Amino acid sequence: MRILAAYNIKGGVGKTSTAVNIAYLAARDGYRVLLWDLDPQGAASFLFRVRPRVKGGGKALVTGRRPVDDAIKATDFDNLDLLPADFTYRNLDLHLDDQRKPMTRLRNLLRPLGDEYDLVVLDCPPSISLLSESVLHAADLLLVPLIPTTLSMRTLDQLTGFIAGFTGRRPRVLAFWSMFDRRKRLHREIAAELPAQGTEVAATAIPALSAIERMSLQRAPITASAPRGQAARYYRDLWAEARSRAGLPDPPAGPPAGLAPAN
Amino acid sequence: MQRRPEVVPIVNAVREFVPAGGVPTAGDGLPPIDDPRFAISPGTRSGRLRRSWLDTFDWRLFRAGLILEYRLTRAGHGELLLTDRDGDPVAAETLTGAAAAVPRRPFLPGALPLGPVRERLMSVTTIRAMLPVATAASTLTEHRAVNTDDKTIARIVVERMTVLPAPKPGATIPGAPKPGAATDSAATDGAPAPGTSDRIAIIPLRGYQAQADRFAELVEQAPGFGPAAHSAFETALAAAGRRPGDYTSKINVELAGDLPAAHALAAILGRLFEVALANRDGTIADIDTEFLHDLRVSVRRTRSVLKIARSALPPSLTERYRPEFKWLGDLTTPTRDLDVFLLTYPSMADGLIGANADELEPFRDYLRQQRTTAHRRLVRGLRSARFARLAEDWQRDLARLASSSRHRPVTGPYAAARIARTHRDVLRTGAAVTEGSAPAALHELRKRCKELRYALEVFASLHEPAQHWRAVNELKTLQDVLGEFQDTEVQRARLRGFAAQMIGQGVPATALLAMGEIGAQLAVRQQAARAEFAGRFAAFSSPQGQARITALTGAAR
Repeated sequence: MRILAAYNIKGGVGKTSTAVNIAYLAARDGYRVLLWDLDPQGAASFLFRVRPRVKGGGKALVTGRRPVDDAIKATDFDNLDLLPADFTYRNLDLHLDDQRKPMTRLRNLLRPLGDEYDLVVLDCPPSISLLSESVLHAADLLLVPLIPTTLSMRTLDQLTGFIAGFTGRRPRVLAFWSMFDRRKRLHREIAAELPAQGTEVAATAIPALSAIERMSLQRAPITASAPRGQAARYYRDLWAEARSRAGLPDPPAGPPAGLAPAN
Repeated sequence: MQRRPEVVPIVNAVREFVPAGGVPTAGDGLPPIDDPRFAISPGTRSGRLRRSWLDTFDWRLFRAGLILEYRLTRAGHGELLLTDRDGDPVAAETLTGAAAAVPRRPFLPGALPLGPVRERLMSVTTIRAMLPVATAASTLTEHRAVNTDDKTIARIVVERMTVLPAPKPGATIPGAPKPGAATDSAATDGAPAPGTSDRIAIIPLRGYQAQADRFAELVEQAPGFGPAAHSAFETALAAAGRRPGDYTSKINVELAGDLPAAHALAAILGRLFEVALANRDGTIADIDTEFLHDLRVSVRRTRSVLKIARSALPPSLTERYRPEFKWLGDLTTPTRDLDVFLLTYPSMADGLIGANADELEPFRDYLRQQRTTAHRRLVRGLRSARFARLAEDWQRDLARLASSSRHRPVTGPYAAARIARTHRDVLRTGAAVTEGSAPAALHELRKRCKELRYALEVFASLHEPAQHWRAVNELKTLQDVLGEFQDTEVQRARLRGFAAQMIGQGVPATALLAMGEIGAQLAVRQQAARAEFAGRFAAFSSPQGQARITALTGAAR
């Protein structure tokens, strides 16, 4: 089982869009996927029409009083399950702090799901906190959406600097341009500059598309509701890059699809 | 592609419903649901499915509480699902590529890829092949039950299943449905074909069991729908005119003690021939070795009955048919002898000390060649005019016997007398066997024992089951040791014969030396059996041993 986190210190950069579409595409490829909506705002849960509520709240999960797999909900898509958000996740930091090894707590919570899932996708809240640290320690790959602005670059530097300070295992970082606008000179300049700084950047940039914004109206990943559209194409390219960076083996030979979309 | 770990997923409780009387419904087959909490989102996915339920000819899986289903969704893609009788999963296996074709013909579980299904099947079915007991073609349409958030809480799969005619032994299970191909009348013309039934499965999504249960309750209350009382397996089997366990090699004839013996014997002999005929096609198709074995046992029992009960039968009947059944028995012997060699080959090869297993391989090749030839002769015999005439005349003459006016003797006392007589024969023949007796003397005793065993078995319904079991068990202990002695005697003789023939075929000397070791293994086993015989016979002929048999002769009703 691999763990992939869509993470950035900044908010509003496309983390949830990335997490839900990557999770959906992985499931469609035959991987058994769990998406954990760690953001108390519950946007990913909303997109999958799952109520953002976990019995006992985040504390029950973090303390192990309620097993993680008990709270999992199936989405409407094959192979894709969701661990919903809960408003109490805003206090996860406090609950983690009460644990003996808060940094490795998230990874340890997910470990028992290794037989059930090939991939866990974490949709993280913005911030740098104990929860983010726990995410960084749990993830095999960090997918970092970046809006090409100077401020974004600063937060990326902060993040990579922070990870460099880890002893032991570190996640691989794959940054990618999000809400990219090729017509803007600043975007083009910053995009040209970053690779020189040594951070791995995906070849795929996700442009600012209204279709992506409309996902919240459709309440489904854009890759599922408009698979032939432009946005879906970009996300597929990004998923291909993320998949190889995450070191995922070929998808398992799942049971035959007895049911196909009706014509 | 890596293989998914063979773990049976824990699924939520699926609930199944059928329209009233199981008759297909008009339209989409969905129940009307009028509740603000739920709605049905109409089908977005559909598919075809070929389902076959497999078991051994003698229902070993079902008797062990198991049901095996093979599902073909498309060419080269199959699933084997092993469940208990309640439909709860025991093991599952996805078969792709060449492996997907394995269950389409009768197969031995050893032909399956390594995995939990194969492991479980092998422990239950041992040397018997898996055969389709019912086959059906289904069209599936998936709808969704959604809650007020338009979130799917359960999948609703409407299955329209048409049971296909039962395949003949050895035939191939029809292939996977081709996408869009019009293969089933039920699926194409709207008018359900005979043997067609509808079934609705409510499959809860993870985390939505409670809502799915509430939805299922609404379906249950919908007019014209009710819970499925029978599984798809039971429905398909019934439509195919079969029932679980409908074949047994047992002589399941209920006899009354005051029945004329001739009538009882007609029923017993008729049943024995029914078993022989039931195994004929499987023997010809060479599905597994047990078809021939059961056929042979049936013939041997028939011959014994014709001998030990000849005084109650018209002489013309025994004169005509005793040579015919001897012919039939002899026809089956060469193939069976070679089967025994081939079945015990792995353990014989494992027991080699001086030679290695590779050196013995030419012997296995030789056995296989010989068996092919012997089986061809056997098939010719079973398809011959002589066999056809025997079958027709025998059944006709048994029907006449069943309605004949031979009212004496009556079954109860007659059975007791025959059992007592064969018992005395065993005691007398056994008493004459000494340490220095020739193997032929033990062979004679074995034959007498078989006659007694068959006498006990054919008249079993006259006796109290526990008494019957004790008597048979007493005898079986003696028969086992005699069987071991005589089988090894025959095998040693056959082995010498094979070796003589193989020399002429330029077989390597190492193979013959390895066969010499096999001969020695057989001799050791034979000596052990001989050494054990005296003790076993002493127990059998002791007053307690005798009492177990005489308890029956006195108790015959």
